[in-house]
Amino acid sequence: MKSSNTWFEFFINQLIRISGYSAIVFVLMIFFFLLREGLPTLTEVPLRSLFSVRWYPIEDLFGILPLIGGSIVVTIGAGLVAIPLGVGTAIFIAEIAPRWAREILKPLIEVLAGIPSVVLGFLGFIVLASLFRRLFNLPTGLSAFTGSLLLGAISIPTIVSVAEDALDAVPRAYRDSALAMGATEWQTIWMVTLPAARSGVLTAIMLGIGRAIGETMTVLLVTGNAPTLPTGLSALFRPIRTMTATIAAEMGEVAGGSTHYHVLFFIGITLFIISLAINITASAVVFRQRRRAERILS
Amino acid sequence: MNIIRLMKLITYVVLILFLFFATSCGASSTPQENGDVGEEPGVYIENEGSDTIVNLALAWAERYQSIRPEVRIAVTGGGSGTGIASLINGTVDIANASRQIKPEEIESARARGIDPKEFVIARDAIAVIVHPSNPVDKLTLQQISDIFSGKFNNWQELGGENRPIVRVSRETNSGTHVYFLEEVLRLGEQDNDTLFSPDTLLLPSSEGIIAEVRDNPNVIGYDGLGYITPDVKVIAVARNEKSSYILPSVDTVNNGEYPIARNLYMYTDGEPKGAIREYLNWIMGPEAQEIVRELGFVPISDESIAKSAGSEN
Repeated sequence: MKSSNTWFEFFINQLIRISGYSAIVFVLMIFFFLLREGLPTLTEVPLRSLFSVRWYPIEDLFGILPLIGGSIVVTIGAGLVAIPLGVGTAIFIAEIAPRWAREILKPLIEVLAGIPSVVLGFLGFIVLASLFRRLFNLPTGLSAFTGSLLLGAISIPTIVSVAEDALDAVPRAYRDSALAMGATEWQTIWMVTLPAARSGVLTAIMLGIGRAIGETMTVLLVTGNAPTLPTGLSALFRPIRTMTATIAAEMGEVAGGSTHYHVLFFIGITLFIISLAINITASAVVFRQRRRAERILS
Repeated sequence: MNIIRLMKLITYVVLILFLFFATSCGASSTPQENGDVGEEPGVYIENEGSDTIVNLALAWAERYQSIRPEVRIAVTGGGSGTGIASLINGTVDIANASRQIKPEEIESARARGIDPKEFVIARDAIAVIVHPSNPVDKLTLQQISDIFSGKFNNWQELGGENRPIVRVSRETNSGTHVYFLEEVLRLGEQDNDTLFSPDTLLLPSSEGIIAEVRDNPNVIGYDGLGYITPDVKVIAVARNEKSSYILPSVDTVNNGEYPIARNLYMYTDGEPKGAIREYLNWIMGPEAQEIVRELGFVPISDESIAKSAGSEN
């Protein structure tokens, strides 16, 4: 009995350990594959034409700047929509809403997370694009703005559920002490609960942004996919083409091993580096603030 | 202690072997399954490529399967480039293309031991379309070229309302895109290197183009005649200022009057045999060509093929 138990223990332990290590292995393998397929770009396409402003692969024009710009514009737009709304919703659910409202809101947000992005994109293409064109008198509604709004909607559930968990984890005593010292409910939320849950809320925002920058189907449908370099604020209301949509739209046509194929993987590397940079910045910020908080407390 | 180490090692090895075994099993079983289907009385034909042709290919496949129930035909779209790439990779039996195979593609096919064989299976006109409320109703090829290359940016310059021009095109993997670039933007001239204006919207599907043209009065787009619905306005096109403006139709395509018409192709690996040969013969026959007419494409007739060959040379 005892020996079979230890065998079982041992087996389960190893299985869990392997699952843990496998994440590292997979990331390394993906990164290796990306590098192997993408780096030949640097020898095949001169840097000057790679960082130029015209993307037209069937004529060997591989300027990736408009694609990077397009991704950045929609991601910033999505952040502007999703961060206030997402964090606001999380605060409402965790701090303000009565119990019954909370019971309804949480599952609803989860349902929102379950809507496939292609469905949202299709709705955006059919309904929102036409509506925004009329509303803002735009040349076309297939623009970065429509994309930002939908990407915002896609990131909100991620932000809400992670941020809500973080707020929920703040000890009850923090709020009670603040209220006891005469702080209003808003002051308690803004100056005590939110700062205490800061690292979790920041993680929530980063996950949301990561979701937005990597989203493909929706932007492919609603942003118009015109590879123009965004300049100035008006770019938000013009068509753009993102890195993800480019890879999705063009991967099917390329012959394996061609320059175009390598450039698409190079775009993948660029995307990977951008999201890595976002994540590292975020954890650096969280880490620094935690250190400072610890110093103050000690 | 040593025994535990050993046990650990064994577990890892077993797990890794298991993973390898599982993946290699998955990889090797698929071709076998396909092979089995080919040898059974039922025949399986894989058909992929041009989105322009996909509806036609589906209609053909449906009718053919009702005549020959033992044949199963799987049709998918994705674009001409996609279909030809799959033919080169050896994953389809028939590739549909709305443009001719490029010399580079033939080269990379040969390098993989694939010998693409071409069949003209129908003809198609590309209609230039605008919103029904747009007063502009006729353009020359030169004007269309200047619109899409970005020289004209307001409908006023073409006798329309004071509205910005929004250009809509298929993605670059579409044969329609490539054909429109070569025959309209570059007017069929070899040394012309006009490009689409960078702010041209590149939509992933023909339906997307129709939806945007139907909705937006600023838009000009183009699409295969088979996709045109009655709620968009078709522009009459002239070869130059002196020739007459012609609307696309079966007659104007077959008599060579409408300037933006092309052949539609199917490609096979080498001379087709057996079921694929029979299917292609049926496609060239009267029953299948009647379906071509029903779907708004132009059936092939000996004279129209002769004419197209004449105009392309």
